[in-house]
Amino acid sequence: MDFFFLQVQAQNSAENYFPIVIQILFAIGLLTLMIFGSDLLGPKRKTADKLQNFESGIEIKGNARQPIAIKYFLVAILFVLFDVEVIFFYPYAINFRALKWEGFLAVVLFVSSFLAGFIYIFKKGALKWEE
Amino acid sequence: MTTTFLLIDLPMILEKFVLILVVVMASLGIAMYTTFAERKVAAILQDRRGPNRAGPFGILQPLADGMKLFFKEEIIPNFSSKALFVLGPGLAMLTAIMTSAVIPWGDKVHFFNRDISLQIADINIGILYIFGVLSLGVYGIMIGSWASNNKFSLLGGLRAASQIISYELAMGISLIALLMITGTLSLKEMVVQQQNGYWNVVLQPLGFLIFLICSFAECNRTPFDLPEAENELIGGYHTEYSSMKLGFYLFSEYINMFISSVVMSTLFFGGYDVPFFDEAAHADWGNWLALIGIAALMFKAVCFIFLFMWVRWTIPRFRYDQLMHLGWRILIPLALFNMLVTGGVILYFFNK
Repeated sequence: MDFFFLQVQAQNSAENYFPIVIQILFAIGLLTLMIFGSDLLGPKRKTADKLQNFESGIEIKGNARQPIAIKYFLVAILFVLFDVEVIFFYPYAINFRALKWEGFLAVVLFVSSFLAGFIYIFKKGALKWEE
Repeated sequence: MTTTFLLIDLPMILEKFVLILVVVMASLGIAMYTTFAERKVAAILQDRRGPNRAGPFGILQPLADGMKLFFKEEIIPNFSSKALFVLGPGLAMLTAIMTSAVIPWGDKVHFFNRDISLQIADINIGILYIFGVLSLGVYGIMIGSWASNNKFSLLGGLRAASQIISYELAMGISLIALLMITGTLSLKEMVVQQQNGYWNVVLQPLGFLIFLICSFAECNRTPFDLPEAENELIGGYHTEYSSMKLGFYLFSEYINMFISSVVMSTLFFGGYDVPFFDEAAHADWGNWLALIGIAALMFKAVCFIFLFMWVRWTIPRFRYDQLMHLGWRILIPLALFNMLVTGGVILYFFNK
């Protein structure tokens, strides 16, 4: 058991994440180069009409940043809510063989509270997109 | 802190840097040729010829397309937020490149008396890292569409955001059943387990199906391409973009498609495992064995990419309420059911 613990520790040290840092730096460098490169290479003949937003050729009316349908926000909030619950499943899934039936029953309980919330939002019509 | 830094030696940094260079450049190159393949596959499915002017069989077409994007004029509309307008596509591309960091591309190779692992970072939370980076991809689309200050872009961005987050839930739950079988989050260990046993798709057919549908939605591919539904939203979230910034959005979509093909092959189809072939018995083949493994992984990935294209030209687009209905009312309960059944079966039969 001690041996496995040590292995897990070794695999989780900062050293293992170091290549990811190199990759982030490399990717940022490459992308900056490409953005500035294409900026330098392309022609620059700007006119007032060209710099207008394109909305199918119709004259632009007002700002695009207006109040929008609440449904999108509801989906976002519900996602946060349920994603947090999903995250709790991950550590369980890894240790699930060791926890046996006792752990399984606890998770069934958790899933039923998850489902209760789920059914509640449906009954409330939070995800009704039809109308 | 000192011990941590002593462990990082110069050859290791060099080795990782070369590996990152190869992986990033290869995924960019594959993404380029996927655009070409898509046009060719579309042409074949529709009984046309497809691009055939640039080079033999049109093989130089993606290079010509790429050069064209570089030499186009950059337009930043007057009403847009300038800094965010540039940041959006950059972020989309950055997240697309970063997902490749934890994928095991093959086993070890032996060069210059060193065993070089063909995985950029072997971290024990591999699949969680991919999920984390994947969910950052929403920001690229959302920031870009908001910064454009165009009604159609904004609608496309909103659609993309709620679609991606909705399907991420089902994707996460479908994966938990798989994690119950493997008992690890590390992609490398999952591949080793599949080399010695069955491929996970045999044990988790329903989980694989849910994961497949969700990855179509995460990549904004047809039938889930509502964010860029051209007959209602012009170009969707990238309406205002031109030049290489548009190229970044298109490219990131194709890189995401490639990476999710590789992730699906790794999780469910044995990664770099060659079926009916005992890798351990042929350990003396050395680097050739690793090469065969990479070829096997690439073959699986290409099959998935072909599936992506095949579906694109076969199935029409969903309506938005149908999309939400499928994601929330069908896939999430199905994934939960799959998880509980898997857990019960494993505990009852295999965990005495």
